[in-house]
Amino acid sequence: MLRIQYFASIRETLGRSEEELELPAHVGSVQNLIDHLLSINPSFQRVFSAHNKVLVAVNQTVVDLDHPLSENDEVAFFPPMTGG
Amino acid sequence: MISIHNQDFSIADEYAALRHRAGDAGAIVTFTGLVREIYDVSAEGSEPTPVRSLFLEHYPGMTEKCLQEIQQQAEAKWPLLATRIIHRVGELHGKDQIVLVATASAHRHAAFEAAEFIMDYLKSKAPFWKQQKTATSSVWVESRDSDKVAIDRWQDS
Repeated sequence: MLRIQYFASIRETLGRSEEELELPAHVGSVQNLIDHLLSINPSFQRVFSAHNKVLVAVNQTVVDLDHPLSENDEVAFFPPMTGG
Repeated sequence: MISIHNQDFSIADEYAALRHRAGDAGAIVTFTGLVREIYDVSAEGSEPTPVRSLFLEHYPGMTEKCLQEIQQQAEAKWPLLATRIIHRVGELHGKDQIVLVATASAHRHAAFEAAEFIMDYLKSKAPFWKQQKTATSSVWVESRDSDKVAIDRWQDS
């Protein structure tokens, strides 16, 4: 199972902080996962719209869209950081 | 040493502990970030509204990992004898302490530069998010390009 977490404005837009997803066979990268999420739930269109900057972390490291995914990965989507 | 929690911290206690750990340090730099009673200017043309509180969200696990990496990068760049990072999360108010970065080294330049490096990286790389709450609304703070520029200047050094 893929564990997906959402933070800050993205968590609020989706109305949930995390979910689990059986990794579909055709989902091999972060970009594939985003496309898959968009296809199963229209609310993701408000998250992955052109004017929103979204960062993605796999196993707690920020990665690019072509980063590979495997079973049991921890994926997180969040906006640019604003700490300090 | 890294801590992430809601409760406040005492600069005097942290300074004393760091000084004790730092052996033969000749310089200790401490930086404290405070919550400003900022005005919400997100809605264009609207009157500024005093911010009632600030909510700090973070990504437990990744935050600690990230701060450890930043600390290790600083230790690789400068001859540090001890470092301390504290970041508060949860509900905070105006004038509250929010972040502490302290560095100890034999000489002041290393301590100053390492403290600034840690803060610059923390602001852009560590998974914290601020939400400003006014009397009527909650607004997520937007990231600033100037924070990215602050990181870029360390790339050449």
